[in-house]
Amino acid sequence: MEILAHLSGGLWDAVQPINLILIMMGVTLGLFIGMMPGLGSVNGVAILLPITFLVPPASAIIFLAAIYYGAMYGGAISSITLGIPGASTAVATTFDGRPLALKGKASLALVTAAIASFVGGTVSIILFTLFAPMLASVALSFGSPEIFALMLLAFATFVGLGGDDIPKTILSICLGLVFAAVGFDEITGRPRLVFFDISGFLHGINFLVLAIGVYGIGEMLWTIDTTRGKITSTEAKISVKGVVTDTKESFAKGWRGMSIGSLLGFFVGILPAAGATPGSLMSYGIAKLTSKDPDSYGKGNPDGVAAPEAANNSASTGSMLPMLTLGIPGSPTTAILLGGMVIWGLTPGPRLFAEQPEFVWGLIGSFYVSNLAALVINLSFIPLFIWMLRMPFTILAPMIFVLSIVGGYAATNDMHDVWLMLGFGLSAFFLRKFDYPLAPAVLAIVLGPIAEPTLRQSLLLSSGDPTIFFTRPIAGPITIIAIILIFLPLINLIRRKLRGAEPSGA
Amino acid sequence: MRRGEFITAGVLAVLSIYMMWKSTELNIGYIKGEGPGGGAWPFWLSGIILICTALIAYNAARRTSPPSQSDEPVLDAEGRKMLIEVFGGIFVFVALVGIISMYGAMLVFLFYYLWFLGRHSLKLSLIISIATPVVFFFFFEALMRVTLPKGMGFTEPFYNWLNTIIY
Repeated sequence: MEILAHLSGGLWDAVQPINLILIMMGVTLGLFIGMMPGLGSVNGVAILLPITFLVPPASAIIFLAAIYYGAMYGGAISSITLGIPGASTAVATTFDGRPLALKGKASLALVTAAIASFVGGTVSIILFTLFAPMLASVALSFGSPEIFALMLLAFATFVGLGGDDIPKTILSICLGLVFAAVGFDEITGRPRLVFFDISGFLHGINFLVLAIGVYGIGEMLWTIDTTRGKITSTEAKISVKGVVTDTKESFAKGWRGMSIGSLLGFFVGILPAAGATPGSLMSYGIAKLTSKDPDSYGKGNPDGVAAPEAANNSASTGSMLPMLTLGIPGSPTTAILLGGMVIWGLTPGPRLFAEQPEFVWGLIGSFYVSNLAALVINLSFIPLFIWMLRMPFTILAPMIFVLSIVGGYAATNDMHDVWLMLGFGLSAFFLRKFDYPLAPAVLAIVLGPIAEPTLRQSLLLSSGDPTIFFTRPIAGPITIIAIILIFLPLINLIRRKLRGAEPSGA
Repeated sequence: MRRGEFITAGVLAVLSIYMMWKSTELNIGYIKGEGPGGGAWPFWLSGIILICTALIAYNAARRTSPPSQSDEPVLDAEGRKMLIEVFGGIFVFVALVGIISMYGAMLVFLFYYLWFLGRHSLKLSLIISIATPVVFFFFFEALMRVTLPKGMGFTEPFYNWLNTIIY
């Protein structure tokens, strides 16, 4: 009952005029960002975070969460009409969305995607509302060793489940953590890692400088380099009558995919390394695997659109659960949101529920409103979005570069950071060419300022004895799971070798 | 790509050694009663990076990583041209900020990108490259009260005039 009282308060906050306007703007921007190939929720949130510093934190995060939501809806539009995923989270949507569009059923595919996104969003928000306060109250008793163990778990999921080259993943994590250590040592107060004694490093490396460098500049360069060809879009006519019949059809043919995606997406979304992209791919796979007619997948089965679309929305809510309750982001986008919360002077984690209930419940309330707003805006403006997709990339790209530069400057008001951001952007472009995953580095630079002090405090608590992470009742199991995850790829490799099969990669 | 894989690992190895060396400016060991020293965390993490670069080079030598199996160049001629034109443009943009202000640099960059790289019409290029800094100016300076760099002294009369509009 207490939850209901909080929730109604939160919903009331979310429909206040300023928040409602921000939700509408955020969702529309998110739809656009999600739809544009080369731009996803993480790029949008990273580039736009600096301009939200001047509105109240509660409104700022509502705006950014709305972008996150909108982007999950928007990715489907280009997946279906262009056959190119608008964001990595919508890759699985192309498998059946594109064939449907080619068969002249683009409208059915778009409506199914929108409805599935709404269902996935709604189911996950309800799960979130039920689980979050529970998890937060458990997490209230956490001390430094527990928090550090959780950090370790977050990084371990990247190594064990991320699916990228293991040494490159670990390198990326460590690089992010070291960059987070630049500036001052909090405990001794002495300057640390001031590279080449340049005074600009004294204030540390702001996580946004790395995030915008990677997602604003590096990824844009990469997109320009890889998509040299022309893009062609399919026409889609949408009418009110059509939407009604398509909605019926999407429920009739896509309900299975929607239910699988909604549930699976949420739980995959909670895992730090996973997030919406693997969540949607897994849901597609399971929907196909458990189907009576698996051969129809990939040829235009609405279920194949419903499953990944429900999953990516569900996962985006899921990834906010550990962010708000434990202070650990569930996805790169939430990592940036978490960094933003720190800048706004909030401490993400269990105490947020107790100390800032209006903030937390206002945000949860905004999820419900954003989800509904995204559905309505998406369905009513599909033709407009398709028209906007024809906007040449040579107009969009320079705008994004300008926003990145201004955003990088606004984060710290220092041109040194803008130059550093250019350096990160160029490095990210090349590192990406060599398959170095960069999301772990962004996550690490956000978590570094939490991970290091908790490690040092824990070791101080135990007078230097590292077994403290194994002997405490909650920290122990978490640490052990983390260690198993780190060694999982190695165990798999050994098992494959024992079976005599050729290892397919290190 | 194969050679690039080694070069990247090498550059990262040098960076990690530099960071290890830089970390030793602070205590990297365990201080009794104080916990680990201030340099310990970055020192040992940089050490892990160094080990990772060795593993990456080892994998590349055994040709097990995809980039080390590829004979494609890291950047073909067109890719190089793109990087010089696009990244070079951004570089000049940032360099110009200190001279002709953020807004002036923005205008020059947008016009360069739209007209020269994008081959859009002169009219469209001019409209976008003039409208964007104007919108940014009113959004940041007037609405958000954030000041962006104004460049060298000679832009002052112009911005003083603009400020009389917004204040």
